[in-house]
Amino acid sequence: MNPLNRKQAPPLVDAVHYQLELKPCEQHTLDNGVPVYMIDAGAEEVLQLEWVFWAGNSYEEQNLIAATTNYLLKNGTATKSSYQIDEQVDYLGAYLNRSCFNEQATLTLHCLSKHVEKLLPLVRELLTEAVFPEEELRLYKQNMKQRLTVNLRKCDFVAGRLIDTYLFGETHPYGKFSSAEAYDALERDQLVSFYDRYYRNGQFALFVAGKIPSNLIGVLNQLFGDLPNSAQLLPSHPAKQAVQKKYRIENDATGMQGAIRMARPFPNRHHEDFIPALVLNTVFGGFFGSRLMSNIREDKGYTYGIHSYILNLQQTSAWMISTEAGKEVCEATVKEVYAEMEQLRSTLISEEELSLVRNYMMGGLLGDLDGPFQLIGRWKNLILNELPPAHFYKTIDTIRNCSAEQLRELAKRYLQPEDFYELVVI
Amino acid sequence: MIQFERFVLQNGLRVLVHTDVSTPMAVVNVLYDVGARDENPKQTGFAHLFEHLMFGGSVNIPDYDEPLQMAGGENNAYTTNDLTNYYIQLPADNLETAFWLESDRMLSLAFNEKSLATQRKVVCEEFKENYLNKPYGDVWHTMRQLAYQVHPYQWMTIGKELAHIEQAQLQQVKDFFFKHYTPCNAILVVAGNVHAGKVVALAEKWFGDIPSGTKYNRQLPQEPTQTKARQKEMRAAVPLDLLCKTWHMAGRLGEDYHATDLLTDILGGNNSSRLYQQLVKEQKLFVHLDCYHFGSSDPGLLTIEGKLVEGISMEKAEQALQIEIDKICKEGPSEQELQKVKNKTESLIAFEDMSVMSRASSLAYYELLGDAAWMNTELQQYASVTTAQINEVSNQLFRAENSNTLYYYATK
Repeated sequence: MNPLNRKQAPPLVDAVHYQLELKPCEQHTLDNGVPVYMIDAGAEEVLQLEWVFWAGNSYEEQNLIAATTNYLLKNGTATKSSYQIDEQVDYLGAYLNRSCFNEQATLTLHCLSKHVEKLLPLVRELLTEAVFPEEELRLYKQNMKQRLTVNLRKCDFVAGRLIDTYLFGETHPYGKFSSAEAYDALERDQLVSFYDRYYRNGQFALFVAGKIPSNLIGVLNQLFGDLPNSAQLLPSHPAKQAVQKKYRIENDATGMQGAIRMARPFPNRHHEDFIPALVLNTVFGGFFGSRLMSNIREDKGYTYGIHSYILNLQQTSAWMISTEAGKEVCEATVKEVYAEMEQLRSTLISEEELSLVRNYMMGGLLGDLDGPFQLIGRWKNLILNELPPAHFYKTIDTIRNCSAEQLRELAKRYLQPEDFYELVVI
Repeated sequence: MIQFERFVLQNGLRVLVHTDVSTPMAVVNVLYDVGARDENPKQTGFAHLFEHLMFGGSVNIPDYDEPLQMAGGENNAYTTNDLTNYYIQLPADNLETAFWLESDRMLSLAFNEKSLATQRKVVCEEFKENYLNKPYGDVWHTMRQLAYQVHPYQWMTIGKELAHIEQAQLQQVKDFFFKHYTPCNAILVVAGNVHAGKVVALAEKWFGDIPSGTKYNRQLPQEPTQTKARQKEMRAAVPLDLLCKTWHMAGRLGEDYHATDLLTDILGGNNSSRLYQQLVKEQKLFVHLDCYHFGSSDPGLLTIEGKLVEGISMEKAEQALQIEIDKICKEGPSEQELQKVKNKTESLIAFEDMSVMSRASSLAYYELLGDAAWMNTELQQYASVTTAQINEVSNQLFRAENSNTLYYYATK
């Protein structure tokens, strides 16, 4: 036997050659036209059900109404107190979470498959008979305002809010943020009427994944197939971008680090540059081996981590660079970010680096498609963004085939310092 | 039921294989039996700093990350007070790449000055980001020092102070490596779309010739039984007062561990739990209240921690909390409450076991504790806990002389 040569890497199967397949998603329609998307897979007897309502903050007429309505969905119905609802969910070892986004707002149930039939009537009750008790709202306002005072001491929290306002404007759904005044202004009646319009009579879809009992679709139809499901028209909110580009803010005079955010507007997933930009972004700051990480963390040690990403937004998006760096090296960090942009605009990415990024992205995709919850997540992303499954294959094709020249052109178009907002909050 | 096979190489490396052909991926998890508790009190933060250095190149492979990314893989690591764990996920076809990379860094690191200098800085920024530059970031630093007088749990994994990391020298790094990063102090778990026979062959090929090293014999000073309640006051520029109380509890293998874990859930595991219902919802004294523990190997701390609603005095909040504690000590939990937290544990385990990565790290962890097969009997351990046991544990634990209290006052 030959002695082991440890300098020699074992042969690789290039991930680029994987025939990745987006496993199909079963589609059903309830009597009221509500679509139900299902992935029946996995070894564990568990389920995830997600009710997606067109009830995000784009639909509200006053700040925080959508988020508060969503949050208080499970804090009381006509016949059950908040405690009784929590107790019933907790007793069955289930988790009932809610989240409010810009266009949609969701209610998500995780449970053992054997308990799902005991939990679904409760979910129906939340979606038809929530009452938003005055006392629950009062407590929510008090605790949220106090949490906010804590968060406002954190430079990363403050920077995250401000950069969004520069990109979209303070009144845009993507740019507005919470404040003590906005919490104070909330009234129970507003929640009740938002709930009535966007939940009880609202438009929704269902996403289900895990070990699916054979009668589940029938049960879902019985409990959710008679809800009104009226189509909602998305109000238009033009973005108002800030004129000033550079900001330096002192939030805490004793702070040891600065939160850096640099961002530029970027089109949404339907734009032809979106997919190639995902590849360029990976090279730039999208993974541990990226240019930004290699230079600013691994070479200079300015930060624990630096990342770039394209925001997960439906209407219009932004390309963001985000990090926390030592107070004394913040300006040097900003300079290095621009230097990396310059590099991408002026010099072709080597075939070696590009091939590494292609393999890394394909391997990641293979892992991301593993498991029922991951799969339904990918389908949900396509469906909510109104993209066909072909978009997935186009992504793969672009990862495999986009050229260094194409990426350099893209860098010239989008990675221009003068287009970026630049913010440091200490 | 998680199936696995166990092999031991000549050099003492334990190898566990868990096959799941429903995934196209493989996971390679290497656990080293060393954590922050094994550090010299004058060189704290070392185990964690070391975790960073493990990515700075090994003796035959100048760059760890690049070849892995080329293989379509991802990796990360974490350090706790008890252990250090490294994991890779990659397409199963490229499994051997993970063996090549992990075995070379077990053989020896490159030990390069530049990498040490950079990672010292990176870890200092991590220290600032998570502990120094965050409101309430120093709560655990203080609480550990209050609760542990001799046991090395008295410092956090990030370290006691920045200076310990700033002063780390290359020779100390080498010594640490050859003491702890050896086959006989490690556990290798390979999981996913893999074949046991092939894994054994790869393990022999890549890890077989690494010198065994000396088995590390942990002899830590054990914390003496606390005999008097301890209190400490702090003031900081934060918006809200915070109350943090801890009580010494059983270690991971202690007889009372499972009952204590369920007690923690009964008190504070979710919205229907006692403390949240009484103190946040009913009496409106706390903005939030958490009850938790870290599941540490040596005797740990059951913790109750919450921020006070503005205008509520520390005395009032602490008194109300004490009433709840007295109640559980006197009456114990109801059968329904106990069943609820058992159900929660059952579903938590099912959700955790969905991911191959999580199964692999659990196998490694239970093997470290004594036997990977315990992973499959864990649920029974919880199921057999009775209300009487929880009551007994509560009375044992919540004695005033076993408590440590931190009053963290906001100076605004």
